Amino acid sequence: MWDADKVVALIDHWTPAATVDEAIIHQKCLEFVDKYHIENWLGMREGICHVVFPQKGFVKPGDLIVGSDSHTTTYGALGAFSTGIGSTEMAVVLATGELWFKVPATIKFEVSGKIPKFIMGKDIILRIIGDIGVEGATYKTMEYAGEAVRELSVDGRFTLSNMAIEAGAKAGIIEPDEKTIEWVKSRTNEKFQVVRNDPDAEFEEVIKMDISNLEPQVARPPSPGDAVPVSEVEGIKIDQAFLGSCTNGRIEDLRAAAKIVKGKKIPRGVRGIVIPASKEVYTQAMHEGLLDIFLEAGCVICNPHCGPCIGGSSGLLGPGEACISSSNRNFIGRMGSKDSKVYLASPLTVAASAVKGEITDPRKVKQA
Amino acid sequence: MNTVMRGKVWKFGDNIDTDIIIAGPYLTIRDPDKLASHAMEMVNPEFAKNVKPGDIIVAGKNFGCGSSREEAPYVLKRLGVSAIVADFFARIFYRNAINLGIPLIECKDAAQKFQEGDTIEIELEKGIVRNPRTHEELQGTKLPDFLMEIIKEGGAIEALKKKLKQTPVQKKARK
Repeated sequence: MWDADKVVALIDHWTPAATVDEAIIHQKCLEFVDKYHIENWLGMREGICHVVFPQKGFVKPGDLIVGSDSHTTTYGALGAFSTGIGSTEMAVVLATGELWFKVPATIKFEVSGKIPKFIMGKDIILRIIGDIGVEGATYKTMEYAGEAVRELSVDGRFTLSNMAIEAGAKAGIIEPDEKTIEWVKSRTNEKFQVVRNDPDAEFEEVIKMDISNLEPQVARPPSPGDAVPVSEVEGIKIDQAFLGSCTNGRIEDLRAAAKIVKGKKIPRGVRGIVIPASKEVYTQAMHEGLLDIFLEAGCVICNPHCGPCIGGSSGLLGPGEACISSSNRNFIGRMGSKDSKVYLASPLTVAASAVKGEITDPRKVKQA
Repeated sequence: MNTVMRGKVWKFGDNIDTDIIIAGPYLTIRDPDKLASHAMEMVNPEFAKNVKPGDIIVAGKNFGCGSSREEAPYVLKRLGVSAIVADFFARIFYRNAINLGIPLIECKDAAQKFQEGDTIEIELEKGIVRNPRTHEELQGTKLPDFLMEIIKEGGAIEALKKKLKQTPVQKKARK
């Protein structure tokens, strides 16, 4: 082990274990972190790594981070360069502290316009991936800039960076501003150095988009790149609505969804699953009364973990079923049966669809 | 390692994601052969049953997109797939495959030039792909030398062991 202090580990897939095989995998994780004296071991207590690590102050602007999960791109929202690698490669990193990188070309997305009501970071990134395609940024860095990105909260920005991988990107970076710096300083006392673009920085491409009139977006199965305005899929019956994941299981997401479902009941044929992405989010949602709202509406609330997003525990789909989900992937069989369908959308659209039992434009649902 | 290869073609399309290669619900299966028996089952249930050691996958754009799960290239290796040719690969899959010692060639339009069951010939060191049926030769992208070295060693772990023997890593003293 090259430097155990630079390693942070937890388990978020399949927690708590629902099968003996899962339990054995978790046992092996614990054996590993004990053997190599990894102090920063958070077990299954904290939630999903991509939400927990920034919250716990393990991510700072200017950091270079690799993680054995593809959504490691999430930390780009704080101005870190972070990317996913496989487990063999992680073994090499743990042993040597070294890795080869090719410096990627960058595509800059200049997002202008005032963010319309009921539009979230998720709608913006679904539109971007819809425009450039699931291979549109392969091997490249996506950089998000412009007034609309600045307007987003840090939570909303995490969603943009999180889904960069869905366009094949190596990283999804947002240059830190005051919001970022304030957020990071509230989570760590460690010093950091913000890395900014050089004045003469070269971009392979600059893509400008104006989101002033953006409609809520839904990505149709089986591709995260098949984004359409919600009006094109309105009325499709759903069997399940999932609010959670490293993409959209943050407090802002739960607050947005709770506003929609407050005082309403989800239909008897629909399963509503809410998974706060971290212990912090869970606790906050509890204190703010959001969990009561979801429970009253007929949702179930699970412990912070990846849940059905990876086809793990807590909410698999049966044959012929459809789910509207705030997660990041809708590949064939991603959430269970290969004959099930997953529609990706913002927490607002997920909540609106949950209460109606069909895919619904959140702008058409009365808020309490 | 023989860098000139010949094998039977299994064809796949564009954007074959890691969930198609091996779906999430199977990832907790610890028996390697049982795990591999589910490879590609969503798009071709015959593949895992009938693929033979030495066979070669030819696919379209963005092969291996999605997750970082190394089980994806691992199950293909376990089934004996000796190389993968695609228009281009998703980034993490590309690294994972090489780290497991699976040769890759990026070759535009290869998917159009081969049919399922064709024989394919590959000259890895030159990045050349041939179809003996049509006598067509395609120039793909040659792997960079340092990645070719990893392939020749049989993967990243073997390559690392060799490197560590030559130059041990300076470990940070524990507090």
